[in-house]
Amino acid sequence: MSDFSLPADPAGRREKLAVLFTEAVPHNHALGLRLEAVGATDATVVMPYADVLVGNPETGVVAGGAVTTLIDAASGTAVMAALDAFAAIVTLDLRIDYLRPARPGLPLTAQAECYKVTRLVAFVRALVHQGDPAMPVASSQGTFMRVED
Amino acid sequence: MSTPSLPLADLVRLVRQSREYHRLTDAIPYTRFMGIGVENLAGEMLCRMRYAPHLIGNSLLPALHGGSLGALLESSAIFELLLRTDTERVPKVISTTVDFLRSGKAQDTFAKAFITRQGRRVANVRVEAWQDDRTRPIASSHALFLLSEP
Repeated sequence: MSDFSLPADPAGRREKLAVLFTEAVPHNHALGLRLEAVGATDATVVMPYADVLVGNPETGVVAGGAVTTLIDAASGTAVMAALDAFAAIVTLDLRIDYLRPARPGLPLTAQAECYKVTRLVAFVRALVHQGDPAMPVASSQGTFMRVED
Repeated sequence: MSTPSLPLADLVRLVRQSREYHRLTDAIPYTRFMGIGVENLAGEMLCRMRYAPHLIGNSLLPALHGGSLGALLESSAIFELLLRTDTERVPKVISTTVDFLRSGKAQDTFAKAFITRQGRRVANVRVEAWQDDRTRPIASSHALFLLSEP
């Protein structure tokens, strides 16, 4: 397991987990997700605005499904940060509240925090915003499970 | 083949009649990108997400991304509301809860939405997604949608 442990410094953690946003996770890569920061128990992931993400062609607003991917990716990365390991995990459930319409043309940033880890299950909260964390677009609550690897 | 792009409300009305569902799903960039379509299978309206490599979340297994399944569930709910109620705008999701039940294999995934309650402003929709065996769903969700502007 030692090969899968994460370094303590934020830059090292980010570097090691960045592979989750490449071809290792094709759907993260397809949506252009970028790992911005990783802390002790948190992760920040950015999704740039793109025409293919639009769910309502009349308003240009990004589809909820794309926001789901962004939140799932940020939350899973926060779990690995909290586990201090590049661990095999699966999402058990995810609840998302849409607090205000996302503005077209702007990137979406998800900040996820894994606030509790048990032997098998990890609990994560996330907020999605477009530049001002005090005006979130969405909030979420998810649980993840560690699987044998 | 191609017609000048209609306002979405006109397109929705037209597709309710003609059942040319692809005209609606093709008009939405994200569902086109995800390969999500509406089909009539044995007289039942279902959504299908065609397998494509860019939907994968774990290339080792491989397994579909949770976000891909979330997208299918949400799209299925939205198309059910657009095609089976008289709402004319794309319904806005208020909240959604997704349970991930089994790993999604690298193949087509189906979804069926059920409107459990439709009020004047808010609709509650439940969705199940499966692959080979409908009795073994791989993901399910329930979601609230706002049907009209206050």
